[in-house]
Amino acid sequence: MHTAAIKPSPAARILWIAIAIIGAWCLGVVALHRGEPINAIWVVAASIAIFVIGYRFYGKFIEHQVLQMDPSRAPPSVLRNDGLDYVPTDKWVVFGHHFAAIAGAGPLVGPVLAAQMGYLPGTLWILFGVVFAGAVQDFMILGLSLRRDGRSLGHMLREELGPVPGVIAMFGVLVLMMIVLAVLALVVVKALTHSPWGTFTVACTIPIALLMGVYLRWFRPGRILEVSLIGLVLLLASIWYGASVAASPTLAPIFDFDAKALAWLLIAYGFCASVLPVWLLLAPRDYLSTFLKIGTIALLALAIFLAAPTLQMPAVTKFIDGTGPVFQGNLFPFLFITIACGAVSGWHSIIASGTTPKLIASEGQARLIGYGGMLMEAFVAIMALIAAASLHPGVYFAMNAPSALIGTTVEQAASTISQWGFVVTPDELLQTAKNIGEHSILSRAGGAPTLAVGMAQLLHNLIPGTQMMAFWYHYAILFEALFILTTVDAGTRVGRFMIQEIVGLMYKPLQATESWTGNLLATAICVGLWGYFLYQGAVDPLGGINTLWPLFGIANQMLAAIALMLATVVTVKLKRERYVWVPGIPAIWLIICTVTAGCEKLVGPISFTAAAQKYASSLQSGQLLAPAKSAEEMQRIITNNYVDMALTGIFVLLIVTMFAFSLRALVQAWRINHPTAHEEPYVALASVAN
Amino acid sequence: MMKTRWQAFRKWAVQTARLCCGVPDYDVYVRHLREHHPERKVPTYPEFFRERQIARYKGTGGRCC
Repeated sequence: MHTAAIKPSPAARILWIAIAIIGAWCLGVVALHRGEPINAIWVVAASIAIFVIGYRFYGKFIEHQVLQMDPSRAPPSVLRNDGLDYVPTDKWVVFGHHFAAIAGAGPLVGPVLAAQMGYLPGTLWILFGVVFAGAVQDFMILGLSLRRDGRSLGHMLREELGPVPGVIAMFGVLVLMMIVLAVLALVVVKALTHSPWGTFTVACTIPIALLMGVYLRWFRPGRILEVSLIGLVLLLASIWYGASVAASPTLAPIFDFDAKALAWLLIAYGFCASVLPVWLLLAPRDYLSTFLKIGTIALLALAIFLAAPTLQMPAVTKFIDGTGPVFQGNLFPFLFITIACGAVSGWHSIIASGTTPKLIASEGQARLIGYGGMLMEAFVAIMALIAAASLHPGVYFAMNAPSALIGTTVEQAASTISQWGFVVTPDELLQTAKNIGEHSILSRAGGAPTLAVGMAQLLHNLIPGTQMMAFWYHYAILFEALFILTTVDAGTRVGRFMIQEIVGLMYKPLQATESWTGNLLATAICVGLWGYFLYQGAVDPLGGINTLWPLFGIANQMLAAIALMLATVVTVKLKRERYVWVPGIPAIWLIICTVTAGCEKLVGPISFTAAAQKYASSLQSGQLLAPAKSAEEMQRIITNNYVDMALTGIFVLLIVTMFAFSLRALVQAWRINHPTAHEEPYVALASVAN
Repeated sequence: MMKTRWQAFRKWAVQTARLCCGVPDYDVYVRHLREHHPERKVPTYPEFFRERQIARYKGTGGRCC
């Protein structure tokens, strides 16, 4: 509490007032400018001002009043120092580590899809969502874990809410993980469908990773940076050579696959990658993708600052009424469900209660890492939104609308999209495809290709050259595919261990992680689970992303709601009831969003139920509906929709149950007049530090 | 002055990059072992690296979406 008492100097006051005025003015320009397009720099400036103010004032308020972080208290890294997992570490090193762990594909995909409603709704939700919900969640869970020996989210839920809700929440995490893996793999499938150049470069990452693995194991053990540089050079070479592959009449067909074939390839790859020893394929890929991810985010920021693109997408499009082609549903709740990770990500609560709390050297640094790390992530989301909104809207809709709506030729697509009010010619669509070295840009939903075109155009503005745009496009695709595939490998492995643990409860020998039977069986189950949804996405009438992304968003926001409910209950258990609204209001907001979205996906015009019934009634009258070409395929689409419906039902039930358990714990804690939270006792840092 | 600053930055960058890949600081670990567990054998960097590499993918944590 000691720093809160310090009065700001007059100079500091003037500085903060200036930042507030600049921020408000920029935001005013972004929000109120109508008619003519505005420059992206306004959005960037408004975001930075809001993040800085949020960090300085709201972050500090949570630090001092709600969590009551105390720099004099010994953190787990000091109390349990083992030189490996628990090590007091420099705060900027921990910040880098934490950001690398939370940055994923989600904040790049969600905002791109949300751009169909215009750039304004997405920007506003990312900015205010992160300050009042997303960063609050990350920071509070980190703070709670810091006071509990760095315990995991699951452990804290069991301790504070009870064993049953703990188990329910962990089941939710497993299901969420399967959906995450499926939807991310689908993003890769969508990006590589009939793209020999992209498929070739992504395929090249496998031999490159194997080479790196062998190099690290025997040739130069532990030289991560050195081997990653070699890997990077080889990757860039594969992108450059990919152009020749795509142009070659003999090589191109070898790397030309449709969505179904790619789905099967990814399933087979995921299986192999998680069965092989980690040092051979998974670890080297992970190193490469970590560095490439950070480097590319920096490159994107640089490109936006230097190129300062104009936002061509309108501030608000007519699709806020829920008729949009990219995802179905009204602004409320589907904008919030779609943006997901960029503003609030439930998954972060797992990272914030994982390795990070074991490294922090003082409670006084938790705000920088927890709150500040999430603000950085939101900034990535803002950049992705800018990249998408700076594209020609006609091109954006051509890339993101399913072929069921815009057809399969540029003429059909151009005329449909022009009718929506975004005038575009077939030539413009063809020319864009030609510029990026592809045959077609139509219906490449999933965010990655759109972001890649946006990035390619930004970078092309800075470094001109005839072939450069195609190079940058494939670089962006490769970068996203690389770290998505790393997530798929690592996730399949984690899922495998979780399944082995569950199956092991019934038959003990299967629990042994070294046993090949247990390994192969659990991996097969895990791959089967996410593979089912991936394949379903590949054959989906609306292109897959349209169906699976909302499911992912609901699951992700559900986990965030659970984490915030935990924070709310603990705040009451600590007898700090007057701050209950800090985690409580975002928790209630997320519950309302997920339950509303879940219900709309269960009953009503955009529900899975309605889609299943539409296909079922056509099947009964003997008609075939596209893209099904046989009665069997019709039947499969019906089954898939019923499975999605059941899953949505499970999510809604799960969140309602968790809400009931939280409410019970909250009321109990409110009635007792002394703190009941399971915090570890206070140990003074001065008494243990050497 | 410039040189020491550059070295400090380099050390910071290497440590961050390694930690992002799940490999903690080797020097810190060796110092910890010498101080608290003098009876244990100090692993070489390659041994330490291999042990950490396997520990990272043991199934805890996972990756973000």
